[in-house]
Amino acid sequence: MAAAFIVVRKEDLEAQQNAESCQTLRCLTSELGCLTRSDGSVSFSQGDTTVLAVSYGPAEVRINQEQYDKATVEVVYKPKVGLPRPIDRKREAILKSTLEAAIVTSLHPRSSISIIIQETEDLGSNMACCINAACLALLDAAVHMAFMVAAVAVSVMEDGQIKLDPNKKEELEGRATLTFVFDSADLKVVSVVTSGTFSQEEYKKSIDLTRLAAERVFQFYRDSLSKKLMQSI
Amino acid sequence: MRETPLSNCEREFILKCIAQHKRLDGRSAYDYRDIRIAFGVSLGCCHVELGKTRVLAQVSCEVGQPKQTRPHDGVLFVNVEMSPMACPSFEAGRQSEEGVELSRLMERCLKESRCMDLESLCIVAGEKAWHIRVDIHVLNHEGNILDCASIAAISALAHFRRPDVTVQGEEIRIHSMEDRTPVPLSIHHFPLLVSFTFFSQGKHMLVDPSEKEEKVMEGKMVIGMNKHREICTLQVTGQMLLLKEQVLRCSNIAVTKVTVITELIFQALENDKQARLKGEKHGFAELVSGEKITSNKQPVTDVPVSQAMEESEEDGSSSMDSDSEESESFTQHASEERKVEILAKGVGMIGDGGPSKWIDLTCDDDHAESKKSTKFKPELIELDGESSEEECQVVLDAS
Repeated sequence: MAAAFIVVRKEDLEAQQNAESCQTLRCLTSELGCLTRSDGSVSFSQGDTTVLAVSYGPAEVRINQEQYDKATVEVVYKPKVGLPRPIDRKREAILKSTLEAAIVTSLHPRSSISIIIQETEDLGSNMACCINAACLALLDAAVHMAFMVAAVAVSVMEDGQIKLDPNKKEELEGRATLTFVFDSADLKVVSVVTSGTFSQEEYKKSIDLTRLAAERVFQFYRDSLSKKLMQSI
Repeated sequence: MRETPLSNCEREFILKCIAQHKRLDGRSAYDYRDIRIAFGVSLGCCHVELGKTRVLAQVSCEVGQPKQTRPHDGVLFVNVEMSPMACPSFEAGRQSEEGVELSRLMERCLKESRCMDLESLCIVAGEKAWHIRVDIHVLNHEGNILDCASIAAISALAHFRRPDVTVQGEEIRIHSMEDRTPVPLSIHHFPLLVSFTFFSQGKHMLVDPSEKEEKVMEGKMVIGMNKHREICTLQVTGQMLLLKEQVLRCSNIAVTKVTVITELIFQALENDKQARLKGEKHGFAELVSGEKITSNKQPVTDVPVSQAMEESEEDGSSSMDSDSEESESFTQHASEERKVEILAKGVGMIGDGGPSKWIDLTCDDDHAESKKSTKFKPELIELDGESSEEECQVVLDAS
């Protein structure tokens, strides 16, 4: 399937050359409540990777999905081109189990909490971006959560160098891509998504690096929400 | 989720307003809402806002076999996705009647108006041709998805570039983006759809209906037109009779609307082109400014590598699951923390509670908070009194 084409900018190339010594987390932007029909919505971007996430709930649930002791979490991921492929279904499953851990589902038995994610621009670390956007959408909808989740991706390059928050090019060139999801309570790992081959040493290194970066993401959540809520107090 | 129906009194109110030549959002009958056209970083990605209605269109291409009946032509495919993101009543993966109508109309607008030169997409006659696919995603449904989608689709097609191809004898070479500058699709004209809604037997007519107006309308007429005043599509739905004059009036209005919107599309395309040439920042992420209350921007942050290394040396026992071959592992450690603690009959608690740690409240706010909590207490007692076992009230602030 031929996807959309990407033009690499001059600054990006320059930034890439300078970035050898210091690891950077790309620019984060969010717009809460950008859509009107949903309970919670956010347009979230990490660098040029942009994702739109929406959450509904707790609302009525389809009878065959009803659980008598907790809420059903549904995740729908919409790719930008074509119909959802098996890889997108897998992504949905990962998102679902991650978010189920974060949401206090026992508070809303016999109801559904649904999250819909629309890919708008995939230019690297899309999975991490999806998880972060989903978390912000849930926060915007004021769904009860035991903790927040933040995901950060790293790429292990051919020479064993670890690149934080990779862009599309680095993701493709790298030998492995690892996405770690941390919780806000005590920065423990909630879920790990990996592809490719890597050593234990590289895994350890990336987990420590992403944990530091995850703190920045949590700070960003806090900033964006307090900025919005300050006005209503 | 089921859609919330419109109440009778609201319906009557809207109709009464329309009869008095007023609209809910203060527009006059022939006004369009504000249109914003934005392009993404990838080519052929267009995002259009029509008031609060939002549509995203993405064009993609691949090489495939042309249709047997038309061996010299490429193929254009239009797909409209109404995801539950736009409106809770839309279902994922299944097209509603509304969705089918929409995609058929879009197809008619783009394909049958012959706005795109399909012959130029042919690589080898009868064997290889470009298949162009337009995916239209409805993101937010606040009425008049159709007009918004048609703007997005045609702008995305105009923005798209396909890779260059050279044919030498039997060999076909598709050049990468870096190798050769990609080629734009040849588009002859920009057909746009304009919808008109009719009320009280065609007596009142509105342009660009909002979602509520669409719910109370009697009928709808859609005119597809380009800026050369050529009608590409015309469709009338609903149970009403239209006079000849009314149709003519609509087409005259469509002319002015289409001219304005086409101009807007050209402007947006030109702006994007200039930004790309200058190497300025472009794309959706740039549209979000940190100035609004609801939006936030955190610039590029450095994460010190040395600190991470030190930490890893300090605690060697950092949670490393022994088998790295397994591609995913999920740990749910906080399950014991989120148990509901039953304090008394009908009163439960989760966590420790306490004041909000998110925002520092000044003393004035403290006062307000204490007021709130006193107001809250009687409710608690009341609940205790009537405690039916099924009704489990959960109190987060257990002070």
